[in-house]
Amino acid sequence: MIRFDRVAKRYPPGVDALSEVSFEVAEREMVLVGGHSGAGKSTLLKLVAAIEQATSGAVLVGGQNLSGLSRAALPFLRRRIGMVFQDQKLLFDRNAFQNVMLPLSIAGFPPREAAQRVRAALDKVGLGKREKALPVMLSGGEQQRLAIARAVVGRPGLLLADEPTAHLDAETANDVARIFHDFHQVGVTMLIATYAHELFPAARRLHLDHGRLRT
Amino acid sequence: MKVWLLHHRDAAVLAWRRLLAVPLNSLLFVLAIGVALALPAGGQMLLANARQLTDRVSAAPQISVFMSVNADRATATEVGSRLGGAAGVKQARFVPREETLARMKANPGLREAIEVLPGNPFPDAFVVSVTDERPESMERLAAEYRRWDGVAHVQLDSAWVRRLEALIGLGRNAVLLLGALLGAGLIAICFSIVRMQLLVHRAEIEVSDLLGATESFVRRPFIYHGVLLGLGGGVVAWIVTTAATLWLRAPIADLAKLYELTLSLQPLSAMDSALLLAVAGGLGWLGANISLGRHLDSC
Ligand SMILES: Nc1ncnc2c1ncn2[C@@H]1O[C@H](COP(=O)(O)OP(=O)(O)OP(=O)(O)O)[C@@H](O)[C@H]1O
Ligand SMILES: [Mg+2]
Repeated sequence: MIRFDRVAKRYPPGVDALSEVSFEVAEREMVLVGGHSGAGKSTLLKLVAAIEQATSGAVLVGGQNLSGLSRAALPFLRRRIGMVFQDQKLLFDRNAFQNVMLPLSIAGFPPREAAQRVRAALDKVGLGKREKALPVMLSGGEQQRLAIARAVVGRPGLLLADEPTAHLDAETANDVARIFHDFHQVGVTMLIATYAHELFPAARRLHLDHGRLRT
Repeated sequence: MKVWLLHHRDAAVLAWRRLLAVPLNSLLFVLAIGVALALPAGGQMLLANARQLTDRVSAAPQISVFMSVNADRATATEVGSRLGGAAGVKQARFVPREETLARMKANPGLREAIEVLPGNPFPDAFVVSVTDERPESMERLAAEYRRWDGVAHVQLDSAWVRRLEALIGLGRNAVLLLGALLGAGLIAICFSIVRMQLLVHRAEIEVSDLLGATESFVRRPFIYHGVLLGLGGGVVAWIVTTAATLWLRAPIADLAKLYELTLSLQPLSAMDSALLLAVAGGLGWLGANISLGRHLDSC
């Protein structure tokens, strides 16, 4: 599903966020990416979603080399990937329902079916009764779950999550972890950047240290 | 195809909601655009009316032959018979000076002025219609009549029509120039508005991009924003022009009556109205597109 082949990422003016990173994630696998702050976890996930481009090496997603990806093909790659961002990136002028609806509108889903899916996704993360709420009216944990609902509503085959349990109390973090396990159960491939590996005991772990994978 | 329609509907609805979210702002922008467009639109309305007038009048050009004021009736009769027998004359109608005086006195504004004058200030006259109505040949006839004894003044009644036609030509250029200038202004207004919109909705643009939106998906609501503003301005301009037409109709009809013309000012034709709306929407579209081209990447 994902293959990194000697990938390096250097940000201008010369920060080496990743160096010589090679690994594979098989279909339906759940993989955690750990490491200290600034180790390159977010960068790694951004490379998978083609939000950033590798400076050298090859990133393959679903057999497709992202360096050869045209600008026109990019949106269609992103639609196959669900992503929970570290800073969530919710739209604060839209309510919960509209936030989760956005990926389906983008993909051109028929409105009726889309609305059903949105409700199902909100139910799944326990926000079924809050669909009219604006993000500011939601607690941190609820916002996190809203971001997860938006990431999964398009039923992607691959889910990327960047510290989905940060800033959450133990109980809410457990809820979130359980939601991820459920998606894993139905066959979604998962790549999760997190410090809290104890929440995902069954997952394989990668560890980044100053941009390099430690084995 | 269905997805495409869906996307367009969503974008139009979104743009509409954004306009309504700041109703006063939107209203003021639409008014500004509308007033700017009303000038060339009103000019076009006046031109169309003037052109209709010349079409109607120049259908029967005539030559007016005025006798000298102190020429007696015998001289006039003589000129009348010469005119009657002359080549190229279809009909020569005699207008006695008494008739002219009576007609002028019927106008209350003129009556007082005329009454203080001694005697009848108007000469005998003939209104000549000709078989060959080309301006050159009428000009030739007029020159010939001017040489006749007792004839003081010969006037081609189509002369003012030609003057008006020249004015209309000038007016058309003025309307085009005005339209081009104000059209550029409209583009500039839409350009800045869409730019502000892009700044306001930066987060949404970024998130849509991350969620797999195509560039056209991101652009569409902003394009609709520009088009709706332009169209709104077009509607305002149309209303202003139509109101002006109705308001000016009576005074202009009175004015025309002084020249013995019947003129009822007509509003913009269906064709011109459609053109106005299309141009207004099109300029909004253009402004939005230019703005997106310049600013979208930096969002
Ligand atoms: N856009 C950027 N421009 C320049 N440098 C960047 C950029 N993004 C990240 N970096 C740098 O790259 C390195 C890796 O950053 P990254 O965000 O991937 O770390 P991280 O492991 O996700 O950290 P955290 O746990 O704090 O989120 C850091 O040194 C960071 O300063
Ligand atoms: Mg990070």
